[in-house]
Amino acid sequence: MKAGLRLAAPPAILGLAALLLWQGAVRLFRVPDYILPGPVAIAATLWRDGGTLFASLLVTLAVALAALAAAIIGGAGLAILFAQSKWLERALFPYAVVLQVTPVIAIAPLILIYVRSTEAALLICASIVAFFPVLASTTLGLNSADHNMLDLMALYRARRWQVLWYLRLPAALPHFLAGARIAGGLALIGAVVAEFAAGTAAGGSGLAWRILESSYRLDLPRMYAALFLLSLAGVVIFAMLSLVSWLLLHRWHDSAARREP
Amino acid sequence: MNAPDAAALVRLEGAGKRFDNGTVALAGLDLALRRGEFLSILGPSGCGKTTVLRLIAGLAQPSAGRVAWAEPAGRDGRDALGFVFQEPTLLPWRTARGNVALPLILAGVARTEARARAETALAAVGLEGAGHLFARQLSGGMRMRVSIARALVTRPALLLMDEPFAALDEITRERLNADLLRLWREQALTVAFVTHSVYESVFLSMRVVVMARAPGRVAEEITIAAPYPRTESFRAGADYAAACRQVSAALRRAMGEEA
Repeated sequence: MKAGLRLAAPPAILGLAALLLWQGAVRLFRVPDYILPGPVAIAATLWRDGGTLFASLLVTLAVALAALAAAIIGGAGLAILFAQSKWLERALFPYAVVLQVTPVIAIAPLILIYVRSTEAALLICASIVAFFPVLASTTLGLNSADHNMLDLMALYRARRWQVLWYLRLPAALPHFLAGARIAGGLALIGAVVAEFAAGTAAGGSGLAWRILESSYRLDLPRMYAALFLLSLAGVVIFAMLSLVSWLLLHRWHDSAARREP
Repeated sequence: MNAPDAAALVRLEGAGKRFDNGTVALAGLDLALRRGEFLSILGPSGCGKTTVLRLIAGLAQPSAGRVAWAEPAGRDGRDALGFVFQEPTLLPWRTARGNVALPLILAGVARTEARARAETALAAVGLEGAGHLFARQLSGGMRMRVSIARALVTRPALLLMDEPFAALDEITRERLNADLLRLWREQALTVAFVTHSVYESVFLSMRVVVMARAPGRVAEEITIAAPYPRTESFRAGADYAAACRQVSAALRRAMGEEA
């Protein structure tokens, strides 16, 4: 409890001070809202427009979470396939890299043309962004099983699936979870970027569209309010994935285990 | 019970091992493991001691010669051997019991039976009640005990050990040596024990094979005649000191040969 307070106090104090300074400066220099709204104005907008903005947040969050799920299943699945066939890994991995290094914002318009359902198009864009870290880290994890342990498996004549199930998959778990945490943030970024690219075609429902819409109207308090909700969503996704990671690893992995006194 | 009978359990006949990079680890090595004996393999690093064990275990194939088992891989053959690596090599995500049960589970033994046999094996190495602990919660000596329990859980006829105690402190090492001798007698094992410690090899074994390197081969063979059970008092006696000197001299000769 006390340790938690010690941990939370410095960022809380700093954040509060920054907000006060911000509000004070906006007041003092009479900065109009359409240039820089103060935190009070933003909070008021959040309160007033909360219903609409929150509904939009749910739309964007649904795309991001679905993309994360697709990235996790696709990335981990492909990594397991790679672990079964070096040939397949060598053949496919470069293309996964190509997919990763091509900016999604540049592919998005094409996907929006080819895929009729906008929702599906958004999902595809966000999945493409989120997929690579899961694939890369899980592949690394599956290949990082200790040589002595592989010898042990060979000694007891473990079958291929047994080596995968009892050795490679658990050994890959910490790597996979690290990849999933990165993918969580990227899925949200991908969802927002794709929504921007879709513009009005997205049906004016997601949070990114709310930001665009507000910018057309020079409604800066609303832009900031939407931005605040987006960061909050990102933090929540990260925290959730960190919790899952802790639950799965804390009993045995050094990264998550408390050090013995 | 542990009287070595003349029939060898397994025999390396003119065994050679050349690695893909061209290194010759072993050349023309003849070595017979007699049933029930405690054999130590001693030599400078890089003399192929580990390779000898790996050939016997089937983890590596000889590039020349052959590994001949007394009977075609049956109950006493390759199917029933335990291997203790230099590192404890425990799976960190499994408990001590889970690690010990693993060879049985891989062989398709039912989970409840595997757990029960794992508990028995843990008790045999002095770790009753520690089955629920993970590797990171155990000391170095305890990890090695778990590793030995895992090697013994399949009731092997042959136990291969590759410098298992090299990383442990002296006291822990002496305790494990004593416990190992007890297990060897209780379970009527045949043990091949690789070490670079003269004292350890003398204390433990009936026979010490000294290897020379470049290429790896048997240089000398010394019989340690002292009777079992050997206790701490054996370490204090004149027989022990004499045997240590004899093995030491052989090791020096083996190492001098390279120059």
